[in-house]
Amino acid sequence: MSNFYRDNPDILFHLNNMDLSRVVALKEDDFADKDEFPYASQDLADALDNYHRVLEIIGEIAGDFIFPRAAEVDITGATFENGEVVYAKGTREALDRLKKAELMGFTLPRKYGGINMPKTLYSMAIEIISRADASLMNIFGLQEIADTIYHFGSQDQKDRFLPRFTSGEVMGSMALTEPDAGSDLQSVVLKAKQDENGQWRLNGVKRFITNGCAEISLVMARSEEGSTGGRGISLFIYEREPNMRIRRIEHKLGIHGSPTCEMQFNDAPAELMGQRKMGLVKYTMSLMNGARLGVAAQAVGIAEAAYREAMAYASSRVQFKKSIREYAAVYEMLTDMKVHIEGTRSLLYETSKIVDIKEGLEQRMLLHPETQNDLNGDLKRYGKYAALFTPMIKAYASEMANRCCYDALQVHGGVGYTCEFDIERLYRDARITNIYEGTTQLQVVAAIGGVIAGVVSERLNEYESENDFSTVSDLIETARELRTRLESAVSHVKEKKDAAFQEYHARRLVEAATDTITGYLLCRDALISDRKKKVAMAFLSKAKHRVSAKLNYVLSDDCGIMEFHGNIIN
Amino acid sequence: MGLKMVVTVKQVPDTHNLSGDAMKPDGTVNRNALPAIFNPEDLNALEEALKIKETIGGTVTAISMGPPKAKDVLKECLYRGADEVILVSDKLFAGADTLATSYALKCAIEKVGGFDLILCGRQAIDGDTAQVGPQIAEKLKINQLTCVSEIVEIDERSVCVKRSVENGYEIVRSRFPVLLTITAGANEPRSPSAKRVMAYKNVDSVVCETAYDETWFNPQSCNNVSRIREWNTQTIDADPALCGLSGSPTKVKKIENVVLTAGEVKQIPNTDAGIAGLIHELIEEHILG
Repeated sequence: MSNFYRDNPDILFHLNNMDLSRVVALKEDDFADKDEFPYASQDLADALDNYHRVLEIIGEIAGDFIFPRAAEVDITGATFENGEVVYAKGTREALDRLKKAELMGFTLPRKYGGINMPKTLYSMAIEIISRADASLMNIFGLQEIADTIYHFGSQDQKDRFLPRFTSGEVMGSMALTEPDAGSDLQSVVLKAKQDENGQWRLNGVKRFITNGCAEISLVMARSEEGSTGGRGISLFIYEREPNMRIRRIEHKLGIHGSPTCEMQFNDAPAELMGQRKMGLVKYTMSLMNGARLGVAAQAVGIAEAAYREAMAYASSRVQFKKSIREYAAVYEMLTDMKVHIEGTRSLLYETSKIVDIKEGLEQRMLLHPETQNDLNGDLKRYGKYAALFTPMIKAYASEMANRCCYDALQVHGGVGYTCEFDIERLYRDARITNIYEGTTQLQVVAAIGGVIAGVVSERLNEYESENDFSTVSDLIETARELRTRLESAVSHVKEKKDAAFQEYHARRLVEAATDTITGYLLCRDALISDRKKKVAMAFLSKAKHRVSAKLNYVLSDDCGIMEFHGNIIN
Repeated sequence: MGLKMVVTVKQVPDTHNLSGDAMKPDGTVNRNALPAIFNPEDLNALEEALKIKETIGGTVTAISMGPPKAKDVLKECLYRGADEVILVSDKLFAGADTLATSYALKCAIEKVGGFDLILCGRQAIDGDTAQVGPQIAEKLKINQLTCVSEIVEIDERSVCVKRSVENGYEIVRSRFPVLLTITAGANEPRSPSAKRVMAYKNVDSVVCETAYDETWFNPQSCNNVSRIREWNTQTIDADPALCGLSGSPTKVKKIENVVLTAGEVKQIPNTDAGIAGLIHELIEEHILG
């Protein structure tokens, strides 16, 4: 009997200490549902209590039900039989359980059958589920699809599709990638054409589609014949019928429970979602940002699981007459893991909260047009933060999870390399997180603009003005030192006005910026708890040197590899 | 219309985590020293009822006899999908053994009336008697199928079940009304529903002095269950002499603390003679045979 929420004091720390008042007010539209739905929150305290209770249910299902099935799901995996995808038994059972617990409409409004949870809670839920079985998140986490229909679909589409998602009757997939359009989604070639009756028909192939076997897919297709760029692409809602065939599923290193499909569309009927030509530039970007947050949460869940495995093993394994966790080489690895998990979690929830506020403001302005003038400035600001923080946390959390799994396996020594321990599965599962929904390298591309434009400093100013850091003065001094170094490196790069130079150093700058923000967030956590002071101290004392090393390299103006890499990798 | 089902549930001390003060000097359980939980096999009984409701339709009424705190398990029933819940609570019920308990539950079930199926957990983890279910059936003069590990078939008039018996199982059928006691192996109980938890977390009990009134009961909507019905001896027309301590012939004569500790280790040679010697010794000590 274990509850993956209740046994994790760090998640509880955040839920208890985060100021979610604005998120709740926006998400609940000032409690407009309270007399209409018996399960609607009545006020702020009630909403927070509901959040806690929902996580209790998720935690119990994750600990008692999903986790015990994870190893078997990994061994069997999703299979492809007679042209159809079959989930592993454990996956089916877990989905059925989540469905019965009415958790499949997690973020959707109550009027469509959802439970109207904010993204912050969704991130927590995904983290908890991924700790139990990372592959299940790929299906549970696809609620983004319904969310996209909610945000951009017509009223009729919302009425027809959303209740089916929330009841668990249908699952979704997002069909974006093609054999020759991976990171470069502008080169999508799958064709969408209207037939003589005005019915849209899809023709072509999608590849690497997570859960492509789902009943409902959002398919990105070229609707403008002869066009080449992103503007010729629209997004379609496709419901399974015989004109789409799953050709195969991939055999992968990890997340075996999640089927990765190749879909062949032969004149398959679909309906346009939203406006024509906005498929990539508007809807897919929004969809992917949601999915990136989900992957970041998944990565934190895997890292948490890996840390716990390593900790348990190190505590019980005795060598040279003492437990191996007492050796510096091991306790440093364990402490680094824990510190980075907690730092990443702070950044994850901060990002989720920013996204909640941004989406909440959009919804409020839609529901109450009279608020538009007052809220416009706020929306712009939060839009900017969301655009920076989302790729940042995706890159940071996924790289962190990989490092954690690497070290956690190392702590196990030889047995970690065998299938007898869970760590080898976690190690394999983590590896996809810094690849899908955009590789780390692409997240850097998405984040660098905000870093160069000074969005980081803007947000840090808010942290400075909203908090009194005087009780953690040593810590905040180090964080400010990181900030100063970052700002001078950013101005150095800006002054050069050299796009190639900026591109070459982008990853270093984004990583330094992420470390700086995380340092600030840990200082903020340290205001509440003495233990967090130590966490912040452990983080900052190393981050200081890590960031310096990276930024010194930027400041050195060395770009040798840029110039002569062709001589070496010729 | 579907079936009308009654599930009996009990709040029990969590005997997985026993501490030194688990028993009071008078030999009864010290309920304050142990966390109170939903008796595990009662959850299995509730799950079977909910599954039947999902397949052929019907209503599920959960009844618990216990102190006011037993409302917690009734709320858990609401969270999982019970249509109505009733707390049978009265100071006069205190100190009840299985006979007095089954009498009180029988009276309450008669008040609910018109039932097709009664589902009980096989036994509670505090007393481990497995008597209450069968006694309720006897008192109601209806069939009983105990130790049910699977419901093989069910329709509007009868149920066919797999019963665990010594060294195997048997498959038996009974017409309604019938009482089933369900074992842990029958199913894996569902988790609470998020919506129902949020809807029912604040429900409280309402004491009903008057007789059962059917009009409040509308299982179609979870909106309508906004409270836990609380019945006492009068509401269920129970004879106080048959309730609680006065209705309980069972008296605890003596309690003994048995502490299992490892004794000496004996090595038996892996030979025919060695094994024969061991068997002989075990028969001598009445452990075997």
